[in-house]
Amino acid sequence: MNITKLVLSLSLFSFTPYLFATPADDAIKKGILLLGNGSEPHSLDPHINSSMNGHHVIMSLIEGLIAPHPTDDSLPHPGIAYKWENESNTVWTFHLRDANWTNGDPVTAHDFIYGFKRILSPRLGSQYAEMLFSMVNAKAFNEGEITNFTKVGAKALNDHTLQITLKDPIPYFYNIIKHTSWFPVNQRTVEKHGEMDDPSNNWIREEYVGNGPFKLKNWQMNQIIEVEKNPDYWDSDSIKLNGIKFFPIVSENTENQMFDAGALHLTYQVPADLVPVYLERKEPTLRIDPYLGTYYYVLNVTVPPLDNPKVRKALSLAINRKSIVRRVTQRGELPATSFTPPGISGYTPEPMETFNPKRARELLAEAGYPGGEGFPKFTLLFNTLERHKAIAEAIQQMWNQILGIDIEIRNQEWKVFIDTVAAGDYQIARKGWIGDYMYPDTFLRILKSDSGQNDPNYSNPEYDSLVESSYMEKDDRKRLDILAKAESIILDELPIIPIYYYVKDHRIDLRVKGWHPTPMDVRNYKNVYFE
Amino acid sequence: MLRFILIRLGQAIPILLAIYTITFFMVRAAPGGPFSQERKVAPHILEQQMEYYGFNDPTYIQYFRTLWQHISFDFPPLTSYPGLTSKDIILDTFPVSLELGILAMFVAIAIGLPVGILAAAKKNSLLDYAPMSFAMIGICLPTFVIGPLLALLLGVWLGWLNISGWFSWSDRILPALTLGLFYAAYIARLTRGGMLEALNMDYIRSARAKGASERAVVLVHALRGGIMPVISFFGPALAGLISGSFVVETIFQVPGLGRHFIQAALSRDHSLILSTVLFYAALIIIANMVVDIAQVMLNPKLRYG
Repeated sequence: MNITKLVLSLSLFSFTPYLFATPADDAIKKGILLLGNGSEPHSLDPHINSSMNGHHVIMSLIEGLIAPHPTDDSLPHPGIAYKWENESNTVWTFHLRDANWTNGDPVTAHDFIYGFKRILSPRLGSQYAEMLFSMVNAKAFNEGEITNFTKVGAKALNDHTLQITLKDPIPYFYNIIKHTSWFPVNQRTVEKHGEMDDPSNNWIREEYVGNGPFKLKNWQMNQIIEVEKNPDYWDSDSIKLNGIKFFPIVSENTENQMFDAGALHLTYQVPADLVPVYLERKEPTLRIDPYLGTYYYVLNVTVPPLDNPKVRKALSLAINRKSIVRRVTQRGELPATSFTPPGISGYTPEPMETFNPKRARELLAEAGYPGGEGFPKFTLLFNTLERHKAIAEAIQQMWNQILGIDIEIRNQEWKVFIDTVAAGDYQIARKGWIGDYMYPDTFLRILKSDSGQNDPNYSNPEYDSLVESSYMEKDDRKRLDILAKAESIILDELPIIPIYYYVKDHRIDLRVKGWHPTPMDVRNYKNVYFE
Repeated sequence: MLRFILIRLGQAIPILLAIYTITFFMVRAAPGGPFSQERKVAPHILEQQMEYYGFNDPTYIQYFRTLWQHISFDFPPLTSYPGLTSKDIILDTFPVSLELGILAMFVAIAIGLPVGILAAAKKNSLLDYAPMSFAMIGICLPTFVIGPLLALLLGVWLGWLNISGWFSWSDRILPALTLGLFYAAYIARLTRGGMLEALNMDYIRSARAKGASERAVVLVHALRGGIMPVISFFGPALAGLISGSFVVETIFQVPGLGRHFIQAALSRDHSLILSTVLFYAALIIIANMVVDIAQVMLNPKLRYG
């Protein structure tokens, strides 16, 4: 037992006497939610932010056309648009309600057009611009091929009617536009503080103008972000909280101690060492919720022997995923049987065969390496983190015992790791992918040959055409079937080896009600209240 | 004295220039860049970002441009916090680190100095062994262990203090104590060593022979010489303390400069790395100069040497 663990285990004896009212008690009286928020967001600009920490705050400050559904990520919920209709899933018309920005300006369809133009402006260099590429000519504008924004498929028919034209039909388009990249910004404010497409435009810190249920009250870097109820919000009567305090607490141990001392209502994470202990003693404040993400190993399919599907399958079949989640990660994760995590309604890909040592050995022998004989030495790469190391060591041992092959494991610092994998200079690497929206193609499209995220350098024309054809399919059921078929190709050829599905673990004050964690961890703070 | 200060300041310029040059090229030689992300950025976006932040220019132009930016205090936008510059970050966070550093130094001196003096005066007694063993533990136990333990005791169990944050005066106690205890242990050991040496000197024997009380011998005659090693230690320690401690700031959620020091390197924010390194270097140079002046004032030998 090392020293850190000793401190952690000591902190299990939390006999807080509750002699004094804790900050959490006071905050409840004032109607203020105290949230751990991971780390300091790099930006609160909806078009520049790329972190989940920033996302959680922006969701309280700005509202898009469609709001996050309080309980189900797959469903739309009226936001600034009170109703919408579409023509063959391609031309979407949104009807906007009367709403105001916090500076008093009305929210109009033009604000949305302005937002689209801003995020797509090449000079802004927004990483999430590609979220809008489903719109006609959005990609061409972003890449600088066209400069006339009126050619892009977004039009304000009048102040309260917005029409978006898509390249291909997307029936779940309302899920895509929940993302902050589709959010409007207030033109007057942005341009008061700089050029619209200047990434250093600092309107977010000078004067944050939003249209959401809360407005920014106080932002101190690495300390706190405080938002308060926005009385001018169109639905302000239904907001039950008076405010939220987001604390960017990097250290999960500090965060957990804060929770124990009654200084937080909800933590961002739980120290990995403590989850199994809390699980065992059935700690009522511990919550483990599914998350739309998969932990997997990427196999560089251009490098022998990993170019042989039999070898890849043998490696996959020799991984005992149940044992990894039970004995190594111990956070209540689910062993993966597919690339797309469960939870997307109507989508159930054929599960892959997970653990079969006998079959694994047979396949390896068929590939020309009976008992692992003559199998070249290769390296399993991961970014430096205790958890990744523990998993890598477990798998190294499984492959050694079951297949008789010997691999080396190696860690790299995060940024070095990213560049190494991007350059294709690896054999097997650890990766994770979190879905951007509730539809299987948010996972499946990254393995298309033309995808920028295709780490394994995988290329299968049949797979590409299946994913492409799903975009053309108008019938919901058939489209999901096509995608499931595409996924079964992946699970058969295994350019990636799925290991487990992520979970989100929190500790939550039991007096917090109306908190419905969703697989994308997109939050609708409007419905949260205290008992 | 003025000449001494001017010479030291003159020496600082080539030192800072050398530090700038080494850091500039090391940062560029390090693998991984400011725009390396888990979700790969499209090539045209990456190109746009490289252009915007001036990474496409030849290295020598970047070298001199960045140098001029630091001389003229006109800093470029940061890659890790769009909209802010290093100046914003340093102006915002240095006062916090300064406050914490000074408080910690106060804790360190208030504990370390008396313990060291007492240990030297009562050499090889319980008053020597007990506090010195304690000091040894203080040196060996890293702040990331003492910090959470103190937080557990005073924050979670007793509920007297907030565990993290930097809002009220009471929020200063835990971080200052954690940071200060570590330095207190060092100061105690240095003081004890210096005092033991001083107490064996001839002039102490003379003082005793002249009938000075034991109290006067230790606190007046011996202390002046015995404190010298502590003062030499002060310079770098003070610079280290006020430029922020990454560990303590992270444990107690203190919005200081120390966290940016590390975070800038992790996110490969070239501009922020250079600014924080240069700032820290300048602090060390100034602190060492102040210490040298203090030593000259305390030690007549140096004054006329």
